[in-house]
Amino acid sequence: MTDFGDAFTTAFGLIASLDPDLMEIVLLSLRVSLTAVGLAVLVGLPLGAAVALFRFPGRLVVAALLNAFMGLPPVVIGLMVYLLLSRNGPLGVLGLLFTPTAMIIAQWLLITPIVAALAQQTVSDLHAEYDEQLRSLGAGPGRAVWTLLWDGRFSLLTAVLAGFGRASAEVGAVMIVGGNINHVTRVMTTTIALETSKGNLALALGLGMILITLALTITLSAMAVRDLASRRHA
Amino acid sequence: MTDTILPLSIDGVGYTAAGRRLIDGISATLEAGPRTIVLGPNGAGKSLLLRLCHGLIRPTTGHITWAGTGAPARPGHQAMVFQRPVLLRRSTFANVTYALGLKGVRRHARKALALAALERAGLAERATQPARLLSGGEQQRLTLARAWALEPEVLFLDEPTASLDPAATRRVETLITQFHGAGTKIVMTTHDLGQARRLADEVLFLHHGRLVEHAPAGDFFARPQSREAAAFIEGDLLW
Amino acid sequence: MVTRFAALLLGLAIVAGATELGAEPRFITLASTTSTENSGLLAHLLPRFLAATGIEVRVVAVGTGQALRIARNGDADVLLVHHRPSEEAFVAEGHGVARHEVMINDYVIGGPRADPAGIADNSSAVAAFAQIAAAQAPFVSRGDDSGTHKKELALWAAAGIDPASASGTWYREVGAGMGATLNIAAAMPAYLLSDRSTWVSFRNKGHLMLLVEGDPPLFNPYGVILVNPDRHPHVKAAEGQAFIDWMLSDEGQSAIASFRVDGQQLFFPRARHTDP
Repeated sequence: MTDFGDAFTTAFGLIASLDPDLMEIVLLSLRVSLTAVGLAVLVGLPLGAAVALFRFPGRLVVAALLNAFMGLPPVVIGLMVYLLLSRNGPLGVLGLLFTPTAMIIAQWLLITPIVAALAQQTVSDLHAEYDEQLRSLGAGPGRAVWTLLWDGRFSLLTAVLAGFGRASAEVGAVMIVGGNINHVTRVMTTTIALETSKGNLALALGLGMILITLALTITLSAMAVRDLASRRHA
Repeated sequence: MTDTILPLSIDGVGYTAAGRRLIDGISATLEAGPRTIVLGPNGAGKSLLLRLCHGLIRPTTGHITWAGTGAPARPGHQAMVFQRPVLLRRSTFANVTYALGLKGVRRHARKALALAALERAGLAERATQPARLLSGGEQQRLTLARAWALEPEVLFLDEPTASLDPAATRRVETLITQFHGAGTKIVMTTHDLGQARRLADEVLFLHHGRLVEHAPAGDFFARPQSREAAAFIEGDLLW
Repeated sequence: MVTRFAALLLGLAIVAGATELGAEPRFITLASTTSTENSGLLAHLLPRFLAATGIEVRVVAVGTGQALRIARNGDADVLLVHHRPSEEAFVAEGHGVARHEVMINDYVIGGPRADPAGIADNSSAVAAFAQIAAAQAPFVSRGDDSGTHKKELALWAAAGIDPASASGTWYREVGAGMGATLNIAAAMPAYLLSDRSTWVSFRNKGHLMLLVEGDPPLFNPYGVILVNPDRHPHVKAAEGQAFIDWMLSDEGQSAIASFRVDGQQLFFPRARHTDP
């Protein structure tokens, strides 16, 4: 139990002093995860909507792939991205390994299936409700996708939060593709892993508390916005 | 040469689904002018017929033709109101401008048209409120306002007041009559005899997916030609 | 259209991930081991190298096996590990230019305060291992193909013991880094082989004690190798060689010797000419 007590004190100390290393790590963590979430939304929402609405060749394959990727452990995805970006690998010429960009790519792969799968469900439900009226008004399939996505925005926000949660909590993928390089690719989760491996359990736990608080703050604010807005629009 | 899409020709139309023949050989011509009520007990195929006419579903047999040609482009020429109002999670006003946008009306013109439509429907004060927070009757009037803003030639209505209380029903019926007065052809389904009596100029009576009678309203209610229609008017249960 | 969209996404990812706007600083990527990094030696050395040459060293610290793999793939410029057979094979296979022995540290055998196998102060590491096996006392192995792991296996072999047959009973293979292994050994408690640097700086040893040290088989030489630019043309050969030269120079070697944890010197300079 002393570790918990030490952890609290360490955490407060770091935050209160605005420890520059901590700030650097937190900012990088946010930059990586939020960018990954943004890109995942860009791809995942229309993708999920398309799978819900359109019968295109390969639709079942896409849906199956999305489901499969959702279940992959982050470390496996990290391994896949490493093999892709390694100098030996197909995209090696880009020289992206061990950079924050590689971490963004890996987390994007983690999040997109979640966003897409939840978007698919939301759009599918809305489609059942709206389809005839939208067709009656003359909305083509393309237009319908955007209308349904916008109308389902509150449920979709939940999907986005779920994706953000998965990204900010994972360590396996970013460790492998980022290399946990000090001042370059070290984020909160890899720092916690590192400090644990050094036996600095109080520090690791303290950082963990900071990470949880950060994630909670973001999630709760988004939920508050969502609840406020959805109450206004039912 | 007029641009009208009427008359609507329903030609030996049938619809089969899951092995069951739900609509069987219906033929009728709907002309501009009279309010057409499609009447019949539940399960008669009224909603299905409406959807076939509107183009939401394709008939298994037979043809739906407008003005002697194939089906016209839908936006603007026909509109449909459903039993449960389907509204977007936006303001009342935005729901109308959305439809106008689909029709191709320029952005700056939408506002005036939308407000005018809301005025006619008595919803002007509700313009900025979220559409889904309106009462059932107000929501249905909104769907009518939305349809009206599109200035369709034909308005299909599928049991539009089935879920409304008498007061709301009356307001909706008034709106429909005004719609008609402004020149729109009304084609409406109902199982409510009283409503049919109030609104019909002509009646299509359906039973078990077949068109049993097609007559002007006065003739139909005074002298029904078929056994089923007579029973229905008497208030007997039909099966 | 899909490829253009993918390119756009990649572009966005790159922009968001860019660490510096403007000219990139000169840097090399060094593949090394977690024990080296965790000891704190690199944090002591690298700023000095940066001050001397203006070259930043980005350290990817992983297990020895993974470090070799990274270097083999050309994802690093310089390799710094501590398993001579692997290093020599690396160079022989043409992945590295040459192996230079740069420093040496040592391993220690740690274990529970109660010392059920009675190995305390045994002057022979191999004998201590034999005692542990005989007593079937719990022993935690890194089991991750690291330099430490390979040294441990060599000691078992020298004692004529095959620990794999006891895997899951008194011999526990955890497949983890030195720190994680120490965490586990402290919690059980169990015996283990650890490099001295991690041992000294580890903050969660609980009641583990240092029981055997100083026996020559426990010495641990480090090799530094430049990844072969003929195999991987993008390797920063000039800067990488500058790093190796500095490590082998008087300045680098005395920096290594000056590194202390809790007053103890952990690494000993051992620069020699290139091995044939």
